Amino acid sequence: MAHHVANTPTQLGEIPKPNTGWIWKTFFILVAITAVEFLLAFTMSAGTFRNSIFIVMTILKAFFIVAEFMHLKHETKALIWTILVPMALLVWLLVALVSEGSSIGEAIFNAFK
Amino acid sequence: MSTTSTTQTLSSSATLEKPRTGTWDGGNEPFKASYGKLMMWFFLLSDAFTFAAFLTAYGLIRHRHLAYVGDAKEFVFSTAYWPIPEKVFNAFPGFHGVDLPLAFVALMTMILIFSSVTMVLAVEAGQRMDKADVQKWLLWTILFGATFVSCQALEWSHFIEGTEAGTKMADGSIFHGANLAMNQYGPPLFGDLFFFITGFHGTHVFSGLCLLTWSFIATTNGTFEKRGHYEMVEKIGLYWHFVDLVWVFVFTFFYLV
Repeated sequence: MAHHVANTPTQLGEIPKPNTGWIWKTFFILVAITAVEFLLAFTMSAGTFRNSIFIVMTILKAFFIVAEFMHLKHETKALIWTILVPMALLVWLLVALVSEGSSIGEAIFNAFK
Repeated sequence: MSTTSTTQTLSSSATLEKPRTGTWDGGNEPFKASYGKLMMWFFLLSDAFTFAAFLTAYGLIRHRHLAYVGDAKEFVFSTAYWPIPEKVFNAFPGFHGVDLPLAFVALMTMILIFSSVTMVLAVEAGQRMDKADVQKWLLWTILFGATFVSCQALEWSHFIEGTEAGTKMADGSIFHGANLAMNQYGPPLFGDLFFFITGFHGTHVFSGLCLLTWSFIATTNGTFEKRGHYEMVEKIGLYWHFVDLVWVFVFTFFYLV
């Protein structure tokens, strides 16, 4: 189990004090990233550069949710890789099909020009 | 039967003196996680496949359509190109006719992130066997989750009703709002993907609310207290965080990019 939930009851029937500092820290990180995303949505002009920033920030948020809230960071290595490897393959699929989509678009709109 | 076989033979003693804990007897736990939690992780992985399929389809279909080129200020709805999301989702309940791009979806995102925090507080309270705290945080999570689903209902009804001006369609008629066959915002598939992606996510939030309500009742009845652990709250917590995680991706790929 994780290091920060190791507080066990000292006596039977006695409830230990809550240990919530790390939860609020993670929460403020998530809020800060979301706030920056909004700031960028209205200050930067749309384009591939802005989209890449959004995607990096989304993955950062996903990391904090999965690692801290879902506790994956504190599981065994085998479990971590079991979850992450299929997800990495999905990201590959996503990138492949997005570029496939633009090729299809290109073929439809520009083939007879 | 050969005499060299193990305890299953009739000739050997009927009771096992020690539990069999060798690797091939199932005594090895490489993941060091309970059966229930492991199965929840694998379920969530399979669920992630479904959502990834939706978002991948969105990416492919979007790039197969023409993108709007030109100044964002002069953007008008047309079925000829894919719409700019902040021009579609710019309404806020109670502020009729005011252009507030992405404000409502920002509020929804904050509500869902906050519900994730109250959920992890409930899990933390469960690990301390603090029944009153578990009840308190579960109730907060249910409240925020229900608020999110209600906000989504408002978002859907506004998307379906559409704007007063509407959009002139190819046959010259004015069309307001959206259905599965056509919509005023852009190509028909834009509306379809909105309904399917946010609808599938909303269904997940609703299922999560049912699970949370049940676990609140079970906590109140002392079921988990008697069981000696609050692992069920942890498992439902995993599911709830996953729903939040999916929203983070939907938010980026549907509303921001």
